[in-house]
Amino acid sequence: MKGLLIISGLGILAMLAEIFKFKKLLLPLVLIGIVAAYAFNFMEWRNGFGISYFDNMIAFDKMAIAFSGIIIATSFFWFILANDYFEEDSNLVDHFALVLFALVGALMLTAFNNMTTLFLGIEIMSIPMYVLAASKKKDMKSNEAGFKYLIMGSFASAFLLFGIALIYGATGSFDIMQIRTYISANADHLPMFFYVGVVMMLIAMCFKVSAAPFHFWAPDVYEGSPTLITALMSTVVKTAAFAAFMRLFLVGFANVSETWTGILSVVVALSLIIANFSAAMQSSVKRMLAYSSISHAAFMLMVILANVRSNISVDAIIYYSLAYSIGSIAAFGILYNVGRSGGEDISAFNGLGKRNPLLALCMTVAMLSLAGIPITAGFFAKYFVFITMIGTSYKWLLILAILTSAVGAYYYLKVIIAMYFKEQDSELAVPVEKSNSLVIIVTTILTIVIGVVPGFVAEMFKY
Amino acid sequence: MINGISINMYLMLSTILFIIGAIGVMARRNTIILFMSIELMLNAVNLLLVSFSVLHNDSSAQVFVFFIMAVAAAEVAVGLAILSMIYRNVKSIDTDLLSNLKN
Repeated sequence: MKGLLIISGLGILAMLAEIFKFKKLLLPLVLIGIVAAYAFNFMEWRNGFGISYFDNMIAFDKMAIAFSGIIIATSFFWFILANDYFEEDSNLVDHFALVLFALVGALMLTAFNNMTTLFLGIEIMSIPMYVLAASKKKDMKSNEAGFKYLIMGSFASAFLLFGIALIYGATGSFDIMQIRTYISANADHLPMFFYVGVVMMLIAMCFKVSAAPFHFWAPDVYEGSPTLITALMSTVVKTAAFAAFMRLFLVGFANVSETWTGILSVVVALSLIIANFSAAMQSSVKRMLAYSSISHAAFMLMVILANVRSNISVDAIIYYSLAYSIGSIAAFGILYNVGRSGGEDISAFNGLGKRNPLLALCMTVAMLSLAGIPITAGFFAKYFVFITMIGTSYKWLLILAILTSAVGAYYYLKVIIAMYFKEQDSELAVPVEKSNSLVIIVTTILTIVIGVVPGFVAEMFKY
Repeated sequence: MINGISINMYLMLSTILFIIGAIGVMARRNTIILFMSIELMLNAVNLLLVSFSVLHNDSSAQVFVFFIMAVAAAEVAVGLAILSMIYRNVKSIDTDLLSNLKN
């Protein structure tokens, strides 16, 4: 909770920076603030069952703190990566404030305990993201991405709200614990519209995590937005949306799981197939990463499916989002640097192995991690998901996931092949700023470290 | 029962309003009408929440309605800002022009 308050304070501070003329100091201040937020967040880990605030509307239990930690750490790397993105623009402070407020929404989503905070968290996170997606004012693609994101986002929010209203009508409460108790006490005579409400909330949340068949907005939005904003969307926003998805369905609606597990397993299967086959056909790396994020969404949804009955191995999803966030930050950081000089097409990576050996090596590790190939974090992330799936009745999904992962390896390897085995006319190295290469190298090392000692990291999240 | 009208009637009215809004979002090409349709969907939710609030004799849903109104206003403000930016670039607000991002 202190982390949430610190980041809200930072957002307000960022808005004041223009008036009191300390724009130059803002980035160091924000970085210090984020480190402080992380430290306070970490200290709350010892609280055991967590403390709830505002009449039990927000409760920071261990799950919330673990997800908040991932989000805050990712945003720390992101701010270092994005320092020159902010400098290019005249409205520097506005962007800072928008990103910070989006983070506030994300942290709220990890810890919500009431439908009100769920809705407010989603909106506080999404509205700044709409603006950021459209933040390249002259670029028509960016405008279009922002507009599509806005329409699809508010359409999904409307579904979410209608679902909330129906569930409130049936149970008489917005508190997810009270809803849970009410469901288990009155399981036999819940009105029909209650189940409709659960399904509508499921659809809305699938929209938010961009799972097929509600994914169609994601590739367009990811492609049109500025690359760094795409990085933020596919790490922070996605992690937060998953934390919310998990809490809502595993805590709130665990007792009516028959209503939603069937639909969810179809969603997972469709996401795996559509995302991996579409990604294999893309020529733009950014669009490929967008589709790959849909397939990663499917993996994380699989953990939710596996945990319906047991509710024990939540650590698999936390490990997965950690591995995925760090790998994505590295991949998008490299794409941002390469894209500035050569475009976002896969041919921009041609011959990168000769021109920037270090950058190419980092990209290789990031791609291998996203593909789930051993000694990287991505391998164990997938491995833990498979382990949790084995004991369940969704073995067909497990087989499908393994098969589509093979397709996945193909398009990740395409980038690696382009870097090492394809010639390019220009021998000029891609210029990379010091701070950017630092972030890229650190995240690459983290990817390997988390992959080498997976047990240690997974143990950390067990409780 | 609220004032002699069964809750199902309220439920039906707001469902119909919601569906009209949803069809509007999917079928119309004019972006201003898209925003209006989304507002209609949100107001259907508000109506439903308020009627359930009276039914349960619980005011928390009415507070929720205020949140929805505030957020809807913020969303439309952002949406119209983006729209005016698009208009400056292409001199039109028709959604057919928004198709630069495709496979």
